[in-house]
Amino acid sequence: MHGSGIPIWFFIGVLLGLYGGLVLGYGLYEWATGLYPAGVQLTSLHTPVWWGALLLVIGVIYLIKFRPGRSH
Amino acid sequence: MFGSATLSAFSGGLGSMPALLALAASPLASLRPLDLLVIVIYFGMTIWIGFYLKGRSNTSEEFFMAGREMTAWIAGLSFVSANMGSLELMGWAGSAYQYGILATHWYWVGAIPAMLFLGLVMMPFYYVSKTHSVPGFLGLRYDKRASTVAAFSFAIEMILMSGVNMFAMAVVMKVVLGWDITFSILVSSIAVALYVGLGGLRSAIFNEVLQFVLIWGGALLVPILGLYQAGGVSGLKTRIIANMQSMTGVSADSYFHLWRDTGHFASNPMGVHWSGIVLGLGFVISFGYWTTDFLVVQRVLAAHNLRAARMAPIIGSFFKMAVPFIVILPGLLGLVLLQNADGSRRQLVGEDIVAACSMSSSTGQVETPSACSAAMAKTNLTPESQKKVLAGGPDAELHSYNQALPLMMVRYLGPGLLGLGITALIAGFMSGMAGNVSAFSTVWTYDIYKPLINKHGSDSHYVLVGRLAIVIGVAVSIGAAYLVMHAHGIMDYVQALFSIFIAPLLATILFGMFWTRATKLAGFLGLLTGIIFSASLFMWVKLTPSALATVALSPDAKPMAENVFRALWAFIFTAIVVLVVSLFTEPRPVEELNGLVYGATILPTEEPVPFYKNELIWGVVVVILFAVLNILFW
Repeated sequence: MHGSGIPIWFFIGVLLGLYGGLVLGYGLYEWATGLYPAGVQLTSLHTPVWWGALLLVIGVIYLIKFRPGRSH
Repeated sequence: MFGSATLSAFSGGLGSMPALLALAASPLASLRPLDLLVIVIYFGMTIWIGFYLKGRSNTSEEFFMAGREMTAWIAGLSFVSANMGSLELMGWAGSAYQYGILATHWYWVGAIPAMLFLGLVMMPFYYVSKTHSVPGFLGLRYDKRASTVAAFSFAIEMILMSGVNMFAMAVVMKVVLGWDITFSILVSSIAVALYVGLGGLRSAIFNEVLQFVLIWGGALLVPILGLYQAGGVSGLKTRIIANMQSMTGVSADSYFHLWRDTGHFASNPMGVHWSGIVLGLGFVISFGYWTTDFLVVQRVLAAHNLRAARMAPIIGSFFKMAVPFIVILPGLLGLVLLQNADGSRRQLVGEDIVAACSMSSSTGQVETPSACSAAMAKTNLTPESQKKVLAGGPDAELHSYNQALPLMMVRYLGPGLLGLGITALIAGFMSGMAGNVSAFSTVWTYDIYKPLINKHGSDSHYVLVGRLAIVIGVAVSIGAAYLVMHAHGIMDYVQALFSIFIAPLLATILFGMFWTRATKLAGFLGLLTGIIFSASLFMWVKLTPSALATVALSPDAKPMAENVFRALWAFIFTAIVVLVVSLFTEPRPVEELNGLVYGATILPTEEPVPFYKNELIWGVVVVILFAVLNILFW
């Protein structure tokens, strides 16, 4: 986004951060308890953990880099 | 792809969707609380964005053109995202399941050359003329008559397509999640009316960028995990060749070639010829959609300067080339990885077969076994599979090609991640609706209300009219959604609107933009008679199906070929009308055409930039990449 105001990238940071945190949290719970959802393949890869962590990291980077008030 | 036209990618066409509502099959996926939370967060975010942007959408320039302050990246992502609807993602994944990587043509040759042409050649004229819309450009180049014909055509098409999108979303949510149709329609339409009505085009663009990120975040895992399980690309190839050779009649090797087997209709799974791909798809349909459809062009017009406007389609083209990874690849993977509960390979079929074999909710048995049996006899389903379907019971129901992507999601995505994947589909539907409604609002206000009803309103008056147009547009869309639900045949006509309109429009705009001699009357008559000609061809084939062989030049032609050839004939017809009428009428003085026509326009000098910000350099990179990909998958 050009000009003043909250950039779109900040909203994306919020969304990815929230989603990453939720997915990562669930993935860790799943790993710790060993309770995997029935029918889902490749649970041994712990996809929610690394994918959630990736989304969270990207989200946090965007949140910091494009936070309101910072010049872009 | 191609907006409404792409809906034909949906196996069986959208016309088969209403029949799916009658199915008693259990939903494909059941969402857990975490998945629902992910969906609720998305809706909350869209409404938040709408309310936040309301304060920045007070003038007509802000409301309708997003203040013309989008960067190249935002305009580019929005440009490509406006074309990534969920029906398209699901439809082309299903097409890849059926036809192999030939489906990729709709992403590469059917998009990239046209996107480059828009950015590098046409954008300066759209942008320098400062038009608010594509009909607006016709008004500037020709006169009010051509603009009005285009404006009414766009307005009707957009509002009906928004309704079709709404209905299609509700059907998909019903089939995939078991959600009530009215619930899906109301929730999505209220959300769209709120966020577009409050924030205007800027809000629609923000949500399209959000959707773009969601689609990659939600769908990218499917090909990654699928490839891992299939043993990489070589493993996938080996398994497809081993599984498919006996079933399809054509060499399973053809599933991996874009061009090699297109010399004859019968030697590739899709039954297409390379000339149709290049001329029909790669030129008329693709250029018609990417360079004249206001829904996508509006995103680029919102760029903050000419360089950004030229760069946006080029940025978009890089992502467009990557989309097959999350659409085509899951379809191919589904061909070998999808399994029934007993471990046997799950074979997908067309929507018509699924509808013929619908099961009774009370008995769990096929409702009309004879019709189902006859329908299955036309497929490649093994005799064992057919027996199982007719015997009924759990896990016996058939699934369609269009469900390949959701089925792959259910296979690999657990709680949270599945919610993310479903949210990506919902976001795709909603941004499709929002795109149509915001474009409708602009066309209605600038090209119909202002020139024909109230020429002297204040700026705030037109913003109010635009906001009302969004609310009314959404209400009419809801009506259109229920109309297509109860009158199934209408769907075919709505789908055809885009393909009827786009080819005459392309010819009129290209002549207007590149030939100073094209006259006002020629523009108006070319567009009007071109639309009538195109609609007549459509009705001819509709009422006399045997006419398809004449229109598409082959007795073996399929409906997809009809669209391509009808577009080609309509383009040629319009071109002839514009050419002939122009030669017999008085052209406008060349000095009046500055900023509108090639050869009569002095383009503004752009500030020099480093090579890595130069759109020409990146255009060359796209061309090289495009060529390499086509050679690689020859």
